[in-house]
Amino acid sequence: MEILTSLGHGFAVALEPLNLFWCFVGVFLGTAVGVMPGLGPAATIAMLLPLTFNMPPTTAVIMLAGIYYGAKYGGSTTAILLNVPGESASVVTCLDGYQMARKGRAGAALGIAAISSFIAGTVGVVGLMLLAPPLAKFGLSFSSPEYFALMFMGLAMVVLLAGESMIKALLAMLVGLWIASMGIDLFSDASRFTFGRSEMLDGVDFVIVAIGVFALGEVFGNMEKREEGVMLPVPKGLRNLLPTMAELKACRFAFLNGSIVGFIIGVLPGAGSTIASFISYGIEKAVSKHPEKFGTGVPEGVAAPEGANNSETGGAMVPLLTLGIPGSGTTAILLAAFILWGLRPGPLMIQENPDLFWGLVASMYVGNVMLLVLNLPLIPLFAQILKLREYILYPIIFGISIIGVYAVSSSLFDCWMLVVFGLLGYAVRRLDYPSAPLILGLVLGDSMERALRQSLMMSQGDLSILVSRPISATMLVLAVILLCLPLFRRANAWRVKALEENG
Amino acid sequence: MTQSKWIKGDVVSGAVLAALGAYIVSQAWRWDYSTAEGPGPGFFPMWYGLAMVVLSLILVLRSGLSANTAEKVVDWTGIGRALIVWAAFAVCVALIKPLGFLLALALLTLFVVAVMYGQPLKVALAVAVGNTVGFYLVFGLALQLSLPAGPLGF
Repeated sequence: MEILTSLGHGFAVALEPLNLFWCFVGVFLGTAVGVMPGLGPAATIAMLLPLTFNMPPTTAVIMLAGIYYGAKYGGSTTAILLNVPGESASVVTCLDGYQMARKGRAGAALGIAAISSFIAGTVGVVGLMLLAPPLAKFGLSFSSPEYFALMFMGLAMVVLLAGESMIKALLAMLVGLWIASMGIDLFSDASRFTFGRSEMLDGVDFVIVAIGVFALGEVFGNMEKREEGVMLPVPKGLRNLLPTMAELKACRFAFLNGSIVGFIIGVLPGAGSTIASFISYGIEKAVSKHPEKFGTGVPEGVAAPEGANNSETGGAMVPLLTLGIPGSGTTAILLAAFILWGLRPGPLMIQENPDLFWGLVASMYVGNVMLLVLNLPLIPLFAQILKLREYILYPIIFGISIIGVYAVSSSLFDCWMLVVFGLLGYAVRRLDYPSAPLILGLVLGDSMERALRQSLMMSQGDLSILVSRPISATMLVLAVILLCLPLFRRANAWRVKALEENG
Repeated sequence: MTQSKWIKGDVVSGAVLAALGAYIVSQAWRWDYSTAEGPGPGFFPMWYGLAMVVLSLILVLRSGLSANTAEKVVDWTGIGRALIVWAAFAVCVALIKPLGFLLALALLTLFVVAVMYGQPLKVALAVAVGNTVGFYLVFGLALQLSLPAGPLGF
């Protein structure tokens, strides 16, 4: 009952004309960047973040979150029409979506993707609404050791799932921690890693690193090829976007599967929407009566992954809003946005900022409806975005990046830092280092150091405080197990290989 | 031409990170590791610096000692293109003070369109002018952001 009252209050906030307008702008922009391969929601949010400083925080959060979940809708469009995933979470949608398009069912595939995204996106928000308050209450019992252990576990999961090489993911995270320690120390007046520059005493602004690594790094990487991507003809069959009753019936379980799997994976840090979509596709195929048809253009093969990657958004918001722990690069940028506005996501957030929390939850319902309405009739229009030339788009990104950084501090020194971090972003991409652990290390570095040092102050320097408290001990043990998993897998693979060789 | 197995992206980047880790440890050594109240400013950097050295050395050794020398062919032309654009971006930032943001961005746009994408000068000029005017209208007039101005006043 209390939840319904709070949600009603949230709708009053979300339906204010200003918030409605910015919610629309957010989901529209999100869909647009979702359609564009090579420009993701993380880069877009990082670039636009400084432009929201003059907005009320609730309005700004509503818009930025709109970009985040709107991109999930947009990503499916190129996957289905051109076999090119607009973002990584739509890779699986290519498998059956493009095959449906080749059979002249492009419209139906897009319709199923939109409907599934709507259902699962809504389920994700319901899950967020139900799970966040009790988790926040649980979080109230946390002290510094538990927070340190929680952040350590979150980073361990992100590192485990960030890429092929766990060593590279760990190194990327350590670089993030290093950047986070730049500036005046939290507890003493020592200045660390400032290279004698007074501009560095306040540390490196998160926006500069995020724009440099995500936006500029991506553009420099794309600039390696002179040729623009070959434009494939958009398949016909877009007029009828409504799937048949038989197709919808075939997708019943997929809607449910995508919604639940996506939400659960979303709550876990690190896994992200790409993994969610792969798992739900796998489940759908495993329980199907005709698994051999997957990959040839079955509607369930579109509904399950599209649902999962949308429901994941609601799940990912749970640890972000209730514990202040982001699980991916994009949610890390959202966390940084909260901090820049003077808000601190955590167990007290729902009590201290009910307008913001419930306004955001309600806006996600509203945004999902907007996306369904936007996506069904406007898909042919969004497909036109693909015709935007790279040589027009990239200078715009360069300009917005400079303005974004300059808007924060009015300092040209920060623009030079952007040049440096742009190069870092390119190097990270080129050398196959994952960028999510770097950004997470950067966002969590300060809080992690603070929690660790406060814990050791509580125990007069005795490290056993971290393992003598049940919650922190459990989380640290889990983190160590997660970090050791690849060793076991490798050891096991070696053992199996040795056994086979011995006959 | 066969590439030495020690000249690989992982080996080079690992060596750079090992050097960075060593630098972090050397700096952390100069700060208090612990104080009367608890851990000092050198405590946290010391540990992640050490971890960086160890992990990057593992990366270097593992990659350098692996038998597989047939790493994917490095696209030096592509890397060159990306670095040229990065350098052009740096020049654009350097030109903000003497020329102002709008003019510096117009020059960068002109360079990217005409040189990097080989478009005719007419097209490049049109894109550069359109981009600059668009930025002025959206960010300067509509959003009232203070763009860095040059001696010409814009």
